[in-house]
Amino acid sequence: MTVPTGRATAARTSTHTKDDPPAIEAVDLVKKYGDVTALDGLSFAVRPGTVFGLLGPNGAGKSTTIKILTTLSRPTSGAATVAGIDVLARPNDVRRAIGVVTQGAGTDRQATGRENLLLAAHLQGMRGRAAKQRVDELLELFSLTDSAKRIVKQYSGGMQRKLDVAMGLVHRPSVLFLDEPTTGLDPQARAEMWAEIARLARQERLTILLTTHYLEEADHLADQLVIVDRGRLVAQGSPEELKSELRGDAVVIDLSPDASVELARAAIEGLAGAREITVSGRTIRTRVDHGASAVPAALAALEKAAVAVAAVTVARPALDDVYLRHTGRTFASAEAVNR
Amino acid sequence: MTTLAPHTGYLTNRMIMATLRQPAFVVIMLIQPMIWLLLFGQLFKRIVEIPGFATGSYIDFLTPGVVVMTVLFTSGWAGMAFIDDMDRGVMDRMLSSPVSRGAMMLASVLNQAVTIVVQGVIVVVVGLLLGASFPGGILGVLVMLLASVLLAAAFASLSNGMALIVRTQESLIGFSTMLTLPLSFLSSAMMAREAAPGWIQTVSSYNPVDWTVVAAREALSADPDWAAVLLRLGGLFVVAVAMGWIATRAFRAYQRSL
Repeated sequence: MTVPTGRATAARTSTHTKDDPPAIEAVDLVKKYGDVTALDGLSFAVRPGTVFGLLGPNGAGKSTTIKILTTLSRPTSGAATVAGIDVLARPNDVRRAIGVVTQGAGTDRQATGRENLLLAAHLQGMRGRAAKQRVDELLELFSLTDSAKRIVKQYSGGMQRKLDVAMGLVHRPSVLFLDEPTTGLDPQARAEMWAEIARLARQERLTILLTTHYLEEADHLADQLVIVDRGRLVAQGSPEELKSELRGDAVVIDLSPDASVELARAAIEGLAGAREITVSGRTIRTRVDHGASAVPAALAALEKAAVAVAAVTVARPALDDVYLRHTGRTFASAEAVNR
Repeated sequence: MTTLAPHTGYLTNRMIMATLRQPAFVVIMLIQPMIWLLLFGQLFKRIVEIPGFATGSYIDFLTPGVVVMTVLFTSGWAGMAFIDDMDRGVMDRMLSSPVSRGAMMLASVLNQAVTIVVQGVIVVVVGLLLGASFPGGILGVLVMLLASVLLAAAFASLSNGMALIVRTQESLIGFSTMLTLPLSFLSSAMMAREAAPGWIQTVSSYNPVDWTVVAAREALSADPDWAAVLLRLGGLFVVAVAMGWIATRAFRAYQRSL
């Protein structure tokens, strides 16, 4: 076996740099189930130590991708490495390097939280005191110490999900896969899980691949993301990059009941840099390069035209808009179709 | 393969703990073989008058038969735990971890073995209370339990393998039900071999269920034919190992479907 020496030493240094080999690399993955093509040539690379989001509606191919990368399923064609290890050639080595939190619960409901964690530790080859210490540490980290002796059946959805993530981390993997980590959680539990994931991303030397069909989740958590639709990659970049492709902010002006909509529209059309002006009822929308500087100008123009304004809001472009732009349909409609 | 033994230990422990945490299930498992013994014992009481029965007491004859039927009806459901794990996401988590596949199969088999030994002992005790006598003594009972455990291993593996292929509880229930009764009746579990039609005698000599019954009855008799017992135990061992190996291969079929 020949290893390029420069690369080998770089991989051993303690801090990650942009030149590190990717923590995950998928190359032209294709997966067919009979006539159905779940993945249609998907490629992406994940930098070590980052949170990578795989975003798409249900049925886009996210879970299939995770199954291939976690060695559960084999692609029809294509290749992938995880933690530098070929998933097709050395699946068992990949399994030691990764933590997996599946879309289902993945916990034994008849066992206690501690028993679940201990089993996960033991199956990963940890023994005796070391295993027990790690389990205690994780129970503490995920605030589950008080419920450690209760069987999982009695846990709330949020607690079960935390236990799931803890089980995925028990052997200190270098890559963690989270398949729809907040699906089915109530808003408070979701917020807690987000905080948990953000903390993991900061504290542990860990690469996280996260699939989600919640746009705001990808926006909130991911450093980099790809948008997948019908088994293909439609866009990639950081959430900010993707949104900035849309160029500019939306400015939404609600007029007072007695104001003239025509006059207001004329005033806004006279503004430098105002594009895509639309009127619906007493609301005028426009897109500008910089919302913060455009608002005072817009208000001044409206005041000059003697139009009374009820409210002004500036909205940064959302990933919804990105998805719409790249796929030609809204995220909500794609979800409805695929269901 | 160094992970096989420790993983088997951890996973067996998990399954036994899960069973013990469901008291209703434990009670049913313990009562069911008693009901069979009492019910069949009464229903077929006079069957020993048919020529072909070597013994004059149907309870003597029936007790090993009920132990073997219990094996089929208990181990046939082994795969349900696998399907439960699939539905819950536990299976996918396991298979994406370095857990030994052989250990997953062995743990299920050992869990069945423990259950079968407990059930078998209860049937023997109830049989004795009903007036059965086993001239073969403790050794005979141990041989019966060993044969039953081997049959349970084969049948549990078959059930697990089917579970990995059909992946739904409904299909597995259908498969198990379809198999258990014919396999029991195509053996001498309830009816003396000599009293059955010729074709059933022929079929039953190839039926591992019958091997188990014959080995058990022979070992429990006053003057066992040990060669016949060992032959059948050997056959059961081969079938159990073969089934276990095939069922472990079925993990690949399951993963191919993902």
